[in-house]
Amino acid sequence: MNMSPHSNDKDYQLDEPLAPKKTPLEEFWRLFKKNRLAVAGMVFFVLFFIVATVGLVLTRGKNPVIDPSRVRLEDKLRPPLARPNLEMLQPDEVPKLGVYIFGTDDLGRDVFARMLQGSWVSLTVGFVAVGIAVIVGIFLGGIAGYYGYRHVRVGQLLAAAFLIAGAVLLIGKHIWAGAALLICGAGFILIAPLMKKSIQGTTQPAWARLWLFNTISIDTLIMRFVDIMLCFPSFFLILTVVALLPASIYNIMIVIGLTSWMGTTRFVRAEFLTLRELDFVAAARALGLSNFRIIFRHMMPNAVAPVLVSATIGIATAILTEAGLSFLGFGVPPPNATWGNILSDGKNFIFDAPWLTFVPGIGILIVVLSFNLFGEGLRDALNPKLRERN
Amino acid sequence: MLSFIGRSIIQKIITLFFVSVVSFLIIHLAPGEPSQVDPLNPKFTPEMVERFREAFHLDKPLEVQYLYFYRDLFTGKTISWKDNQSVLKKIWERFLNSLLLFIVGTILMWTISFPIGIRSAIFRGGLYDRSSTFLSYFLISIPSFFFAYILIIFVVNSFHIPVIGMQTFGIGDTAWFSRAMDRIWHLLLPSILSAIAGIAVLSRYVRSQMLEVEGQDYVRTAKAKGLAADQVHYKHALRNALLPFVTMFGMILPGLIGGSVIIESIFAWPGMGRMAYEAILARDYPVILTINFVSAVLVLIGTFISDILYLVVDPRIRL
Amino acid sequence: MKISDNEILLSVQDLKVYFKSEDEIARAVDGISFDVRRKETVCIVGESGCGKTVAALSIMGLVPIPPGEIAGGRILFRGMNLLDFDDTEIQKIRGNQIAMIFQEPLTSLNPVFTIGNQIGEAINIHENIPDKEVIKRSQQLLKDVGIDSPAERLSDYPHQLSGGQRQRVMIAMALACDPDLVIADEPTTALDVTVQAQILRLMNAIQKRRSMSVLYITHDLGVVSKVADRVCVMYAGILAEQGSRTNIFTGPKHPYTQALLASLPSREKRGQRLYSIPGTVPHPAYKPRGCPFHPRCPHAIQTCREQYPGMCDYGDGHQARCPVLFDGNGANWSE
Repeated sequence: MNMSPHSNDKDYQLDEPLAPKKTPLEEFWRLFKKNRLAVAGMVFFVLFFIVATVGLVLTRGKNPVIDPSRVRLEDKLRPPLARPNLEMLQPDEVPKLGVYIFGTDDLGRDVFARMLQGSWVSLTVGFVAVGIAVIVGIFLGGIAGYYGYRHVRVGQLLAAAFLIAGAVLLIGKHIWAGAALLICGAGFILIAPLMKKSIQGTTQPAWARLWLFNTISIDTLIMRFVDIMLCFPSFFLILTVVALLPASIYNIMIVIGLTSWMGTTRFVRAEFLTLRELDFVAAARALGLSNFRIIFRHMMPNAVAPVLVSATIGIATAILTEAGLSFLGFGVPPPNATWGNILSDGKNFIFDAPWLTFVPGIGILIVVLSFNLFGEGLRDALNPKLRERN
Repeated sequence: MLSFIGRSIIQKIITLFFVSVVSFLIIHLAPGEPSQVDPLNPKFTPEMVERFREAFHLDKPLEVQYLYFYRDLFTGKTISWKDNQSVLKKIWERFLNSLLLFIVGTILMWTISFPIGIRSAIFRGGLYDRSSTFLSYFLISIPSFFFAYILIIFVVNSFHIPVIGMQTFGIGDTAWFSRAMDRIWHLLLPSILSAIAGIAVLSRYVRSQMLEVEGQDYVRTAKAKGLAADQVHYKHALRNALLPFVTMFGMILPGLIGGSVIIESIFAWPGMGRMAYEAILARDYPVILTINFVSAVLVLIGTFISDILYLVVDPRIRL
Repeated sequence: MKISDNEILLSVQDLKVYFKSEDEIARAVDGISFDVRRKETVCIVGESGCGKTVAALSIMGLVPIPPGEIAGGRILFRGMNLLDFDDTEIQKIRGNQIAMIFQEPLTSLNPVFTIGNQIGEAINIHENIPDKEVIKRSQQLLKDVGIDSPAERLSDYPHQLSGGQRQRVMIAMALACDPDLVIADEPTTALDVTVQAQILRLMNAIQKRRSMSVLYITHDLGVVSKVADRVCVMYAGILAEQGSRTNIFTGPKHPYTQALLASLPSREKRGQRLYSIPGTVPHPAYKPRGCPFHPRCPHAIQTCREQYPGMCDYGDGHQARCPVLFDGNGANWSE
């Protein structure tokens, strides 16, 4: 009646584990595996990574193995899988593989080679931008969540206000006023600990109490900052900054990063607010661990899940944003190729040479789709509410 | 309740102030000069450049410029540096164009997302769910301009209908009916496009909210009372699942200003997005700052409305 | 079909409920049989994870069917097999002839509807009466469960009431259509001790007044000793022992029941070390071969590890699934 195929035959030890133990990683993988789309996304993610690295190696330097910038005016606008015109070309202009896999563009450049080169750039843009956003987000969100209930004192507020005002005045070219305010601000910071020490124990005089009075909390301060940043429509902000600054790939990465940290901040803050009340934090504090250690070694690994999810989706968004910027003419400047670049250059020839838009377009679609699927799969697998009760 | 409203408004005004300062600084700290004042611009002689500088107050220190700008803004006298028109008038015209696109797009987005998301959640894992999931991801991932071109090619080639611009060139004085139909055709593609990504995201969110609510205990209680299945879903579950969306509704407002630069560029639709884009290129500071300011105001009003709606709709929150 | 006193209202026969995932089958309920008679209070006792809640949910058809499935058995209510009912038929039974009270009163009430709305709904589903009548009945129900000023409470929301009041509302909702059987799944676990006692007394009084049968699910032997007519002890998805309250408490015949009673603190044990059962409850997907309790049982012999024990009858409705304590007769084992 009870022939379970999984039961143990040998003598049951009393303290044996109830079920085969699984490490968190195995548990995660088991949940993740169930979502076939997410696994496909991950596979493509890895593939893309490989392609980008290989592409970088093959197309860099003065004499690259596959040359993306070789102009062949005789062979322009050839469709994919077309054979090169061997009579007209120099020997070193012939594409390495014998055919133009993705065709050529209006300058005769091999689209395949450009896609290879562009993959690394798109990848870098995505990762660096998201890296910046995540670092800023974790930092601000962590502080807001952990120290949030502490308040900014009047003294600190005055110091900060003086410093900022001084800096602004300096930029506005009022050298003397600016410098004076800066020095005052710095001074405030320096005397603060001295003041605290001197007043401890004795009854505090009125001006000292005012100095140490609590104004707004750190949490409110940071969240207001987030609100301010959210008031700017993000694409506009990016567009504004990118249009006004000299065009370079680094500017684009930094700008995209500095405009997308708000979501991560909110997630991290929410996680920290919950985690902070949990018993394991109280236990850690009772053991005497320093705040720093508690935050980074104990709380952070628990808060990482939503950050990871928004990071993968953020990479996808960053790649799309870069493509959009290229479309409007503000992307990475030529001759560097990015997939957005190639697509945008190709839009002029959409009726005559549709592959110039289709190839990069579908490429972007596949990469972004796989990142998104991977991110959603991560979210489902890491979601504690959906975990099995093992 | 009143004190909450009062505090909220004051906080938002402070935020608005900071936003104005930050946007002002960003514009002015960036390198490059507005085209009229650019010493390299061959069209203007140095004396004219000087005159422009004075007229635009560019020779004064930053704080003074700031005060000048906002004085002009609040008295309605801001003038675009590019073409000397009143900024507010320009914005208003373009705004009406964007509004049409925006309204159609939003209606499409909200009326289509909910049934899809709800159905996906109720029949979780089924064919409908899996295919709508895949379709959603597909639509989120495709670059909008790429998709736009595909649609344009498809529509133009199959239906032979012009889709660029707000109306067909030369339609002039034909009967109002054909002009209306023409307008509708021109409106259709851009609104669908701008709604599409929104539908994909929103339906996913509806689905996940619905799933979360369906797992709650009170849904089980409703079943235990003998309620029929759709009463359970639509009366008990949906009412709770909709709560966060009520607040999202308030945030639609800022979308007005957004207007997609990309879609408007492709379809040559004269909307706010394109105007902002051109202003940025020409460094037309008054226009840029005004748009920024208006957008910030809309965002803050939107958040405010969301907060109030949430108070009204969720009986657990009472102040 | 009218049921007279002492006849069987609910008969669960060899019920099996399994939960399948790709790599394992969790046998949450693995063949239990018990009866509930008219006006009787039956308690199902067991530790967390023994399957008692799943058994209760399956009576009402509330087990989520994709991961779960009814792998066998019958549930006879007034002679009809509930497992054969389709959706419409079982909806007629739920809330009407069989009602259920859940463990967590806060999350079991819909937070966005008023109490009056939810109680009224319970009435409106099964009976077609005018609104004024519904309100009157709701007020009466609230009064029956001991809530003061029922008229005002009707327009309150769940979060405005205390835990004890919420549970009373749940009870009122369950009683709305005068059911024959009420299933109470740990109704007092989430409440304070003093409130617990009040709720138990309340349910007792209501039961007597309405001649209802009650099926209590609990892990608290104290509750069992106060309210039970009959007791069913569950362990790892099977029924270890069942019998009248007196039989179980004064003469338990299964090692698990004995161990449970031994681990209760009492005055006689003062000053001694309190007994606790060594080991832990097996995972429903990885049960040991033979008797599921054998790894923790002080009386286990070799046969216990190999063969599944059958029920041994001690007469008077008292049965225990342990042939070892049944005077050594080998007749009750099976493969």
